Amino acid sequence: MIRLTINGQEREVDVPADMPLLWVLRDELNLTGTKFGCGIAACGACTVHVDGVPTRSCQLPAEAAAGMHVTTIEGIQGKAAAAVQKAWQDLDVVQCGYCQSGQIMSAVALLTENQDPDDAAIEAAMDGNVCRCATYVRIKAAVKHAAKTMRA
Amino acid sequence: MHLPMLLRQAAATTVEPPSRRQFLKGAAGAGGALVLAAALPVPARAAEGAAARIMGPADPRPLAFVRIAPDNTVTVLVKHLDKGQGIMTGLTTIVAEELDADWGQMRGEFAPADSALYANHAFGIQGTGGSTAVTNSWDELRMAGAAARAMLVAAAAAQWGVPAAEITVAKGVVSHARSGKSAPFGALAEAASRQPVPAKVTLKDPATFTLIGNPSLHRLDHVSKTNGTAIFALDIRRPGQLTAVVARPPRFGGTVAGVDDKAARAVPGVVDILQIPTGVAVLARNSWAAMKGREALAVTWDESKAEKRGTEQMLADYRALARKPGAKAARKGDTAKAFAGVAKVLEAEYSFPFLAHAPMEPLNATVELTADGGAEFWAGSQFQGIEQPTVAAILGCKPEQVRINTVWAGGSFGRRATPTADYMAEAAHIAKAYAAKSGKAPIHVVWTREDDIKGGMYRPLFVHRFKAGLDKGGNLVAWEQTIVGQSFMAGTPFEAVMVKDGVDATAVEGASDMAYAVPNLAVDLHVVKSPVTTLWWRSVGHTHTAYAKEAFLDELAAAAGKDPVQFRLALLTGHPRLQGALRLAADKAGWDKPLPPGAKGETRARGVAVHESFGSFVAHVAEVTVRADGRIKVDRVVCAVDCGVAVNPDVIKAQIEGGTGWGIGHALRNAITLTDGLVDQANFDGYEPMRMSDMPAVEVHIVPSSERPTGVGEPGVPTAAPAVANAVLKATGKPLRDLPFSKAGIV
Ligand code: FES
Ligand code: FES
Repeated sequence: MIRLTINGQEREVDVPADMPLLWVLRDELNLTGTKFGCGIAACGACTVHVDGVPTRSCQLPAEAAAGMHVTTIEGIQGKAAAAVQKAWQDLDVVQCGYCQSGQIMSAVALLTENQDPDDAAIEAAMDGNVCRCATYVRIKAAVKHAAKTMRA
Repeated sequence: MHLPMLLRQAAATTVEPPSRRQFLKGAAGAGGALVLAAALPVPARAAEGAAARIMGPADPRPLAFVRIAPDNTVTVLVKHLDKGQGIMTGLTTIVAEELDADWGQMRGEFAPADSALYANHAFGIQGTGGSTAVTNSWDELRMAGAAARAMLVAAAAAQWGVPAAEITVAKGVVSHARSGKSAPFGALAEAASRQPVPAKVTLKDPATFTLIGNPSLHRLDHVSKTNGTAIFALDIRRPGQLTAVVARPPRFGGTVAGVDDKAARAVPGVVDILQIPTGVAVLARNSWAAMKGREALAVTWDESKAEKRGTEQMLADYRALARKPGAKAARKGDTAKAFAGVAKVLEAEYSFPFLAHAPMEPLNATVELTADGGAEFWAGSQFQGIEQPTVAAILGCKPEQVRINTVWAGGSFGRRATPTADYMAEAAHIAKAYAAKSGKAPIHVVWTREDDIKGGMYRPLFVHRFKAGLDKGGNLVAWEQTIVGQSFMAGTPFEAVMVKDGVDATAVEGASDMAYAVPNLAVDLHVVKSPVTTLWWRSVGHTHTAYAKEAFLDELAAAAGKDPVQFRLALLTGHPRLQGALRLAADKAGWDKPLPPGAKGETRARGVAVHESFGSFVAHVAEVTVRADGRIKVDRVVCAVDCGVAVNPDVIKAQIEGGTGWGIGHALRNAITLTDGLVDQANFDGYEPMRMSDMPAVEVHIVPSSERPTGVGEPGVPTAAPAVANAVLKATGKPLRDLPFSKAGIV
């Protein structure tokens, strides 16, 4: 049994210690908002916050997440989360949408740290998140838009 | 337009709706799509059924396109897969416009699989592709919306005892000014559903459209896809479901020779191991166990018929073939004679790698065998009209016993639509084998990224060889082009129609029907065979023909000492929409003004390209910086698109932005290569996708038009990469003839 804190709730899962957190979330806890894209930390689709830090859940063994606070797209809250989701909606960023949970998790983490990121900071924070639909123009614009609403 | 007539047209294969005739006319433009009607039997159906049906509690009839509920929501049944291109929003907009609904009350829902009701008129069966969705639903859904509106009005007239002609409808409210009566749609839904479907409806004057062409409508999926609630196929969870992954042959054309599954069966969570036609399936309680189980499998493969060449060898073979005459794809004038009189001859060879689609959501489908001997699927289903009969043949049931619940798809780019229904057929085989052995269980077949990248169905490898002649005035007078590549139509039900006299129309589209006025033209094709599986890929033949044509044209413009925009415009007389897109892009990009210089040691230049695909006309102007170390950065791209009436301008812009990224991203550094028949790439580390830092600023301009709307999912792709290549040619004097650009060490 591994004890995890997911979106503020204590959860116990009976899984092998090496099962990545991604599959614990998706297959054991039915939190399917976190996506599988590559399994090798190369696409960011599986990004969650672990103690506030954006983390690729496909490469984090369940055991290593024990005792830490995990936040998924289903559980994000706060000023940065609200601003980011609103900006994504205002600018109609999504196409297929499959990458966007991960994009949003990375953007929220960025804006929690830095409320006035320039292009370089945005690219540095977001380059690990692939969007095969290439919505990058709007992602970048939405991050700036969200930052602006947060500063206002 | 007459409603029953439209319904008949939509239904019967014997009657062609105008839209299909249009498609047949533009054969190459419609890609693989249009052939299906001819190649596959289409179930005839009664005219009754496709009408606008207003569902209230009193109407037990099956739904077709529109459902108005007492809670005042209007749901449009969308027969096309939305894999990001925004068609759920697009088709809903068309209905809402004719219905005079309020955008806030509109909902979209994927229609069930039923080619009798939901055929794509370009295909004759249900399916999505070839950028056909808006154009093929345009008449049908305008009629549906208008019919539903008429039924609401008739119901109100009867209820209020007033003449229907005095009733107005706006923003989801039906009103009668003189009596002061009004009612929202929901309050009239039940009564309206008892009204007869009108025989005739009047469509709106496009000048009065308020939703079609409205740039501020939001996509219907903009909330559910930003909070994790949108359900994709990979998110389907059925009680007791097993996850299956399949070990497939490492070399194309290989088959299973033997399996030692002892270690795999010992992996905790693994439930069963089954041999199926495509390989060896590992069934487990969860994804992780299935993957671990597969790792523990020891499979030996029979590779006697497998492809063992590498792509270098294949390219060398193609290049040799490109020097020989092939099947005739196009002929105009007499090139041999023309070359005798030219002032300058240019020869060039272009090559294009295999490319994977790599949709963000890996392929997957969930299947449950049903008590009646059929099956129920949950999938990002794109080709229902192929999937149903294919699965039915495997299970020994009727196509209509294969129920498909279409759900959001995390991209496709062509991959989810295959002539073999490949991944759904595989799921059916696994479910059948498991049921025969252990009993029924919902099976979720999941592909990992490695399965996807190594799994074939690639955009084929192509070589184009050119020889062209310029006269003394620098005019293009002769053009010879030989194309070499595989045909993904060969061996499919579409071959009979799509491959004529050795020419696969999808391999030469964009080349054989080139718009440039060259008096002497010869285009040849060599179709080569390989066990490597190939497939249409976002913008199909135009992925390579447009690049080859547009990049070579700039080589010619340079040789002629002419401006690339002017050189093109002169060759495009008689093609006003191509000229229009080209002029708009050049104008908005400031083509005639010098580009601000780069930093010290950097060279900056613009490049242009223009092309027609799928009935839409697109031009790109790219601004590129070549750094001191020779590496390039695409700074900005200006694009003009003429796709007829712009149904959702913002969705069009998004598709062109995305298509631009798709075109440039792959050109920069993507290639699937083989060494001794083994795929060298496995995941996004070796097949490195475009990332934010690669993405240029993109500016999209829509050419105002009252022409019938055409697609935008694919047409943004073809010209993006050649515009970049032409900017690099301008900056460095070096053409980029072998893709990806990373081969030239500039990425
Ligand atoms: S699935 Fe974890 S980074 Fe791609
Ligand atoms: S929206 Fe489709 S992958 Fe990003």
